[in-house]
Amino acid sequence: MALTDRTGEGRASLPPWIKTTFLTLGSIAVTMLGLLFVTFIIGRVMPIDPVLAIVGERASQSTYDAVFEELGLDKPLIVQFGYYIWDVLHLDFGTSLLNARPVSEDIARVFPATLELATLGIFFGIVLGVPLGVLAAVRKGSWIDQVARVVALVGYSMPIFWLGLMGLLIFYGILGWVGGPGRVGIFYVDVVPPVTGMILIDALLDRNWDVFKNAFSHIILPAALLGYYSLAYISRMTRSFMLEQLSAEYITTARVKGMSEWDVVWKHAVKNIRVQLITVIALSYATLLEGSVLTEIIFSWPGIGSYITTALLSADMNAVLGGTVVVGLVFILLNIFSDLLYKVFDPRAR
Amino acid sequence: MNAFNRLLTGAAIGLAVSLSSFAANAETPANMLVIANRIDDVTTIDPAESFEFAGSDISRNVYSRLVILDPMDLDAGYKPDLAESWEVSEDGMTITFTMREGVTFHSGNPVRAEDAAFSLQRAVILNKTPAFILTQFGFTPENVTETIRADGNTLILTTDKKYATSFVLNCLTATIGAVVDKETVMANEVDGDMGSEWLRTNSAGSGPYMLDSWRPNESVTLSSFPDYYGGAPEMERVIVRHVQESASQRLLLERGDIDIARNLNPEDVAGASAADGVVISDELKGRLMYLALNQKHPELSKPEVRQAFKYLIDYEGMRDSFLAGQYAIHQNFLPATYLGASDENPFSYDIEKARELLTAAGVDGLEIELGVREAQERIEIAQSFQNAAAQVGIKVNITVGTAKQILARYRARELDVYLGAWGPDYPDPQTNAGTFAYNPDNSDEANATGLLAWRNSWDTGGLTEKVEAAVTEGDRDTRIQMYLDIQSEFRETSPFVIMFQQIEQSAMRENVTNWSTGQAVTNAAYWQVTK
Repeated sequence: MALTDRTGEGRASLPPWIKTTFLTLGSIAVTMLGLLFVTFIIGRVMPIDPVLAIVGERASQSTYDAVFEELGLDKPLIVQFGYYIWDVLHLDFGTSLLNARPVSEDIARVFPATLELATLGIFFGIVLGVPLGVLAAVRKGSWIDQVARVVALVGYSMPIFWLGLMGLLIFYGILGWVGGPGRVGIFYVDVVPPVTGMILIDALLDRNWDVFKNAFSHIILPAALLGYYSLAYISRMTRSFMLEQLSAEYITTARVKGMSEWDVVWKHAVKNIRVQLITVIALSYATLLEGSVLTEIIFSWPGIGSYITTALLSADMNAVLGGTVVVGLVFILLNIFSDLLYKVFDPRAR
Repeated sequence: MNAFNRLLTGAAIGLAVSLSSFAANAETPANMLVIANRIDDVTTIDPAESFEFAGSDISRNVYSRLVILDPMDLDAGYKPDLAESWEVSEDGMTITFTMREGVTFHSGNPVRAEDAAFSLQRAVILNKTPAFILTQFGFTPENVTETIRADGNTLILTTDKKYATSFVLNCLTATIGAVVDKETVMANEVDGDMGSEWLRTNSAGSGPYMLDSWRPNESVTLSSFPDYYGGAPEMERVIVRHVQESASQRLLLERGDIDIARNLNPEDVAGASAADGVVISDELKGRLMYLALNQKHPELSKPEVRQAFKYLIDYEGMRDSFLAGQYAIHQNFLPATYLGASDENPFSYDIEKARELLTAAGVDGLEIELGVREAQERIEIAQSFQNAAAQVGIKVNITVGTAKQILARYRARELDVYLGAWGPDYPDPQTNAGTFAYNPDNSDEANATGLLAWRNSWDTGGLTEKVEAAVTEGDRDTRIQMYLDIQSEFRETSPFVIMFQQIEQSAMRENVTNWSTGQAVTNAAYWQVTK
């Protein structure tokens, strides 16, 4: 301590919020750099040839060589990576190797579609998953607990494409309650001006209720499907956290003092699992924001998951890297947001 | 989705459908055509650059060309489009096209010979992937202003030597032959790119449809061009929606939310064909499935061994099982529906015959490597061949890999046997004759990786000269006979075991008529469709 005191002497110490900001930014930079490096290397060593993807199988060797050089693939890996980082620092993710559009434009188009779907999905997951988990813990061993267990088990174990197709078949094909694949019906395409890229929001901004209703009928099923998978995870984790709390001494004390069961559960136990729940929900949300490839394929939802997958299979590495940056940023921002919420809910974290 | 998953899904849908009929179906409007298709291969809609199926579908409907393949009469070959007539000079090197009068672009600008010349010159100068379709006639960026020029209402093309007129005109029906509106395109030029950047996502044509929007991996929307010289199409709006999953396409079709589903797998075709109001349309497409034997291999280069392999394919067994409805037996390098295509399929699955041929060649106990890309149907064909070969003492080691892994070795002449697919580039027999049966320099140094004959180290004997002769033959009937003769010799002598030709199955509502995906020679056309 003495040494610390001496070295700190005479130096103007920075306010804590500046230190925190610098540390956070540094952490973001290092994480993003690492993420880009790993993705970049994987992209270069994987057995997919971006040149073939562009010139086609039957191109002559000279055409192949020309494009190989044009893409800078003749340069050492580290040099290629350096060029890429330089461009990213200038907010230039390059152009898609295949469709020749700026990657940033593509991402601006597909990410809002995923954001809209994931947000509605996580909403379902929270609204249904948390109460279900709490009930399962409070009524441990009862039929409610068993139902919750089965619901979660089905959510964990059913292939999402199968559940999605069955949902489409029943609710769209047979009952006709919801819209089919796609974000909006064919008569509503391009009806509202794109402001946020999220059709529900854009329809609200345009006060176009017909488009809103149609878009909602299309999003409800894939969102419910994603919500179900989040629900399965959130409800099981909630149950586990709650069981730990309900066996704690302060809960026994509260009960002994005559507090109602409702207050014991919701005002004490649930209050104390908020921080853990935030982590679980943030992780679920981040996973949904990565884009659920199969859900997007089944529902013809042009989101970031199918965008990155298509790009990967087509060896379009600029698009893959651009998408990875966005997904990485989403994770980091959600982490930061979670940290902030910790501090709001838990004084010890301040 | 793997085969098991497909089966599971198909069975589940089938069960549910049998238990309950669909709710009252919607129906698309009578003047609108809605198509579900995989359009994630569209990388550009500039006709000088576009070389993928879905992109070429757009171009075919948005742009007119000098000559056209009529979707209602594809067997007739090219017909006049923007060029009303043409004359060929005595030396066979110059073709003079007379342009149709009174035709306008979507912009309202008149279509002139100058626009046609600009379009072809532009394609040659930009030199994108499909440019070889034009440059094979000797057009280069340096000479293009002299060899492709407008004179009043005529367009004059001068080739570097005499070619069959049908060869030149067939090539002009390809996407790269589209005529663009020079004024509109050049008004959008940036840094001398001849409007390339702009035309990748916009259109400047005079075809039956105007492009309203193209959203990558989402949709393409077209509306009919009221001033189209051939009359405005009956379908006033065409919407092509990207629907990746076969089962989703089937649901949309059976619900009546789309008119045509273009990518149903065999299970969904079978299911949809039983649904009320749905019919299935089959068309032969250009893709061929083939085996190729590397002639550097001492045993595989023996004529009897090459012949024996052609009897080791269970053509009918595969066609009737895992390839059902998707492929037809075809043993010639020209796909059926091509000019001069042979319909002779002399080889059948005959283990004894193969054994006799191998014995005659003195081959006993051969072990070879077969390279195949990781596509389900190709792997299954490889496994079928592997089983058949084992019966005659040939051990086939299958190497499955990505395109990069397998094609790189194929192009470097390293594989013993390659199993793959090949599709034609333009609607003339030269497109396949010039790669399967043409190899002027078989040395490693030639590095002619674009030629399939070279990749398999095959000195074609006299076929190379015969292919060269066929592209210069002016008489159409004689030319057809030349290709029939080349294919006949090729079947017997070549190291290629051509097995199957792809069939495209479109499932559509029964009120849709005149639908055409363009067979093997061209792309889908919408303007003749009625409901």
